[in-house]
Amino acid sequence: MKHQNEYRDPALARLQLRAIAETVAGFDRTMTLMEICGTHTMAIYQHGIRSLLPEQIKLISGPGCPVCVTPVGFVDQAVALARRADTIIATFGDMVRVPGSSTSLLHEQARGATIKIVYSPLDAVTLAEKNPASDVVFLGVGFETTTPTIAGAILTAEKKKCKNFYVLCSHKTMPAPMAVLAGDPELQVDGYLCPAHVSAIIGANAYQPLVDAFRVPCVITGFEPLDVLQGVLMLARQVVAEEARVETQYRRVVKPDGNQKARELLYRVFEPCDARWRGIGEIPGSGLRLREAYARFDADRALPVEVEPAVEHIGCLCGEILKGKVRPADCPLFRTTCKPEDPVGACMVSSEGTCAAEYKYGEWGLEVP
Amino acid sequence: MKSDIILLGHGSGGKLSHELLDDLIVPILSGIGQRDQDDAAVLVEQQGRLAFTTDSYVVDPIFFPGGSIGGLAIHGTVNDLAMAGATPVAISVGLILEEGLAVSILRTILEDMSAAAQHAGVRIMTGDTKVVPRGKADKIFINTSAIGIMEHDLEISGRNAQIGDKIIINGTIGDHGMAVMASREGLELESDITSDSAPLNSLVADLIRGVGRQLHTLRDPTRGGVATTLKEIAIQSEVEITLREDSLPVGATVAGACAILGLDPLFVANEGKLLAFVAAEAEEQALQIMRSHEYGRGAATIGEVSSANKGKVRLQTAIGGLRAIEMLAGEQLPRIC
Repeated sequence: MKHQNEYRDPALARLQLRAIAETVAGFDRTMTLMEICGTHTMAIYQHGIRSLLPEQIKLISGPGCPVCVTPVGFVDQAVALARRADTIIATFGDMVRVPGSSTSLLHEQARGATIKIVYSPLDAVTLAEKNPASDVVFLGVGFETTTPTIAGAILTAEKKKCKNFYVLCSHKTMPAPMAVLAGDPELQVDGYLCPAHVSAIIGANAYQPLVDAFRVPCVITGFEPLDVLQGVLMLARQVVAEEARVETQYRRVVKPDGNQKARELLYRVFEPCDARWRGIGEIPGSGLRLREAYARFDADRALPVEVEPAVEHIGCLCGEILKGKVRPADCPLFRTTCKPEDPVGACMVSSEGTCAAEYKYGEWGLEVP
Repeated sequence: MKSDIILLGHGSGGKLSHELLDDLIVPILSGIGQRDQDDAAVLVEQQGRLAFTTDSYVVDPIFFPGGSIGGLAIHGTVNDLAMAGATPVAISVGLILEEGLAVSILRTILEDMSAAAQHAGVRIMTGDTKVVPRGKADKIFINTSAIGIMEHDLEISGRNAQIGDKIIINGTIGDHGMAVMASREGLELESDITSDSAPLNSLVADLIRGVGRQLHTLRDPTRGGVATTLKEIAIQSEVEITLREDSLPVGATVAGACAILGLDPLFVANEGKLLAFVAAEAEEQALQIMRSHEYGRGAATIGEVSSANKGKVRLQTAIGGLRAIEMLAGEQLPRIC
């Protein structure tokens, strides 16, 4: 973390804040800026950034937490797979606690299912090699940042002739949902803080069609507090000047055409498909599924199971929260029946979820009751 | 001992049990060759109020950089007594062993316990050993209970934090939790993170001698970390606590490992740290006392009791923002993208 402190310098933060205040000084309406990525949401809460911004600037959280946008039916299918004999579910940690229609993987584990938390999809391949008598199903959730590593794991499994490794796919891509939200008259998004690491893969140019179609400013922004403040400043300047461009604040990582090698790897194994987003619904071409040549690794095709009908939880406003239309505190379940230790919706589970962030960090002087 | 692994018979109460006790456990833990066959230890008469506490230890892995389940089982319980301001007098050791555990591993753990008890100045007075079938426990679980004596009439309590109190910690935060996490997950870091597992009773004794009544509250921020502990105290004492992020001591490797795993060091467990609430006028003296003790070299003031806003803990972030701190809910889970 040699460089972390450089991006948390209080004196530089004060300079940025002064520049932001000067930029919006004469601006006479609320400027709504949406951060897409869950990691941005966390950083904004963790560093108390909202408490420092001028009141004209309203930061709202968008659909960039992969666990949160995964529909409930995916959890139900994972549960059904977990109940199969001789099956091991391998997953990143957060998915374990996401409630399905009637149960979660955590509860299934308590009832005897085998669930292993892994930090890398390759660990799931190793798990499959070590347990040749079991089917190992990796839960493939995430955006372009994680999907290339899953593609890599599938190619590794193929090379190793691993016959008991599968992926249950719910991969999603950016910036498709941003276009849906940009066109939503109820929201009136003035600008996007675009994802940092997703953009490292897809590249800054990927946002140009969005800007062309909706004239919405896009600034690709890093995750440290000074990154976020600078991103807000760059967006505010565009909004005030009534401009709409793609700008990259996170230049130390993101290139205009992204990481071509990672994308080649990704599209060798996956192909675009329509995908269902929690709260937003079906978006054409916004998901990724395994190509026919890799169908034998696809848990959905290779391991058919009976899945209970998907039921969203009554009263849970995750869907509206993911679109930035509602704040967690507006949800009747927030802090009452929905808590991190007993979550109702995915936004309370994921460490990047808006509800989890607001529950954990509150918003001193603003939202805390 | 004849067997090199623990057998079910070692917990039977019969011959093998006697062999385990006489050849291994008693000589290492009590330092005497022959054990007293009575069912209970009798302590000499004590002057003053007594404190009594118990804790169970199930850490995985049982060995981690900077310690083992054995040392931890002594330190943790001694520290619980110390946080009440009590001097430990006697400690018990209950062992639950998994069939098949290597005797060499058990020996190392017992030696760690013995060394830790000696270092803390507490005698292991009684104990018990059970063996469960393979798979019914994970290698070894330990329970320790301890009795301490209050050699003063101070009321050191989580209810006693007062407006204006300075909050002092005796060193870096998050070391134990991240040392265990890193070895459990096989994280390869630039340098090893070492657990801070340590007995804090002599540091507490120094503080009590030095600042006396100006010491209001002591608590060790173990599970749930500094954040959860401070929230507990804010609720108990019905006060508001303000922390300053830029004064929180966090080691560089711990900060790095936390960033990689998406964890917040404020919520990560410590096993050799204490939070002391002292009156503002005693702050400098308390810092000096801590810094001249082997377990307090990195002591720092991290915040204060700021108002009577009941049960609130807030953090002034390094860049000047304010946010609330809540208790840890569930486990800290790593992020996925």
